[in-house]
Amino acid sequence: MPNILVVEDSPTMRQLITFAMKRIANTKVIEATDGVDALKKLSSESVDLILADINMPVMDGLKLVSLVRNNAAYKDLPIIIITTEGAKEDKERALAIGANAYLAKPIQTQELIRIVNSFINP
Amino acid sequence: MKRADEFLQMFRQGEEFTKELLKENEKLRFRIAQLEETIERSSADAKMKLYEERIGSLEEQLKSLMERYQQVEDENKDFASKYVEVEEQNNALANLYVASYQLHSTLDFNEVLRIVLEIVINLIGSEVFAILLIDEKTGEIVPVAAEGTQVDSIPKFRVGEGIIGTVAKDGESYFSPDLNDSDSLAHWNPVVCIPLKIKEHVIGVIAIFSLLEQKGGFTNVDYELFHLLAGHAATAIFSAKLYSQSERKRTTIQSFLELLKEKPSR
Repeated sequence: MPNILVVEDSPTMRQLITFAMKRIANTKVIEATDGVDALKKLSSESVDLILADINMPVMDGLKLVSLVRNNAAYKDLPIIIITTEGAKEDKERALAIGANAYLAKPIQTQELIRIVNSFINP
Repeated sequence: MKRADEFLQMFRQGEEFTKELLKENEKLRFRIAQLEETIERSSADAKMKLYEERIGSLEEQLKSLMERYQQVEDENKDFASKYVEVEEQNNALANLYVASYQLHSTLDFNEVLRIVLEIVINLIGSEVFAILLIDEKTGEIVPVAAEGTQVDSIPKFRVGEGIIGTVAKDGESYFSPDLNDSDSLAHWNPVVCIPLKIKEHVIGVIAIFSLLEQKGGFTNVDYELFHLLAGHAATAIFSAKLYSQSERKRTTIQSFLELLKEKPSR
């Protein structure tokens, strides 16, 4: 059963993403409200994919991506960024520091499911 | 001698008869060959006719199969487009459910405002927008929360004044024909303005001044969300406001009661 870590400060978005992930068979969603919370969850639970927002309090999504990528244990862990920042340079920056995919809000659920599936059910 | 002539004549007659017989035999052989050829040809014709009939029947079957195949392909296309439609509706319902669930998950006024902001940012894709409520005492439309700009920078409006005032007065949503109007914020003329209504009573508006860069336009689910916001956000904001007012009153009354309880003991 793939475990998906959803890192998002907005409860509305967390619930919406969790809803979408439940449509992929046999997935378990672990929720985190910011980067620090995500790192705690990452150390205590087995995670197969991270879905992270960029703009979050305490620790933003980009910092989280770089910390995760600098840890050898998670170098191959897929990270998908979901953010309101839709500019090309924001996307390039996120991909350059190690994110695997980038989705701009408002998200299309089918698109999100398709991208997540491409990593967990290739 | 005479007998010999007779014998010779008989022999010649016999020879001629034999020649005639041979000729006749030849003719008959030829006729038989002809007949055999005719029989063979007619059998080939019959076979050909049979084959032609078979080909015709197979062509009919092929045509019918092609028609059936086309029919099935059309049905498949229809199912595929219905599947996409159902998926879209599913997603729209999920969005509406989550928005509605969140809106009614609290009675804290500021929390409700934060949830409305979240919905308008994340689900609709707005960049600069504000929530404005009508002050029952002054009749002014007062900004209470904003995203992408300081709430203090937004002026108050009078009911009936400008786009915001007109939406608050008429209770009808406004959608600008130019959703990318760059002067929208400069003149406080929103590109979208949604009334917050409880039945026909307007308590405020959501004014959107600009959309996120990647948001090209509105989809059906956006209009559904606007419709939901018009009703549910209004109810949630109104309930939270009433709750905070009644909580304040309750706390005041409780303080009075405690004071009254304390007095006799002094």
